Amino acid sequence: MRSVGTLTRADLAETVNRKMGFSRSESLDLVEAVLGHVCEALRKGENVKISGFGSFVLRDKKERIGRNPKTGVEVPITPRRVLTFRASQLLKDRIARA
Amino acid sequence: MIRSELLQALAKDNPELRAEEIEQVVDIFFDEIAKRLADGGRVELRGFGAFSTRERAPREGRNPRTGETVSVPAKRVPYFKPGKEMRKLLND
Repeated sequence: MRSVGTLTRADLAETVNRKMGFSRSESLDLVEAVLGHVCEALRKGENVKISGFGSFVLRDKKERIGRNPKTGVEVPITPRRVLTFRASQLLKDRIARA
Repeated sequence: MIRSELLQALAKDNPELRAEEIEQVVDIFFDEIAKRLADGGRVELRGFGAFSTRERAPREGRNPRTGETVSVPAKRVPYFKPGKEMRKLLND
């Protein structure tokens, strides 16, 4: 196991091309379109839930005081929105037992 | 947004495609990611983020209902780190 490489957009597009017969450029456009719609929903502040895969959940963090670990100087960490991923039970099971 | 809404949005942008084709593309997208993670690999989608897996050591857990001690075996769990551009997108 372990020695498999990193999957990228190009690999996803290749699978779409191979399994569905769309041209390489059409396949890449479709992969980008899926990702683009997910990004757009998140940008608008919507969580994204893909059944069987997982949820992309936005969290709003309040301002808090941080510290520069090198100098020890306290600096405020500004309030921000962060993205977290909660894998579905199905995905967790698939990964845990592999 | 849920999966069906994603399908609708894609259908609107791609009127030349059949609904089943759009569904297949979306299934391939998420299945391939899941497959690679299950195979121990990682997935990197520049601008969006990267999926990987992390090892969890075995531990002694407890059944919260009975209080009974159970041993939880070592396992791998999925992990996602948002990309720089995504962090920026969410905070602009």
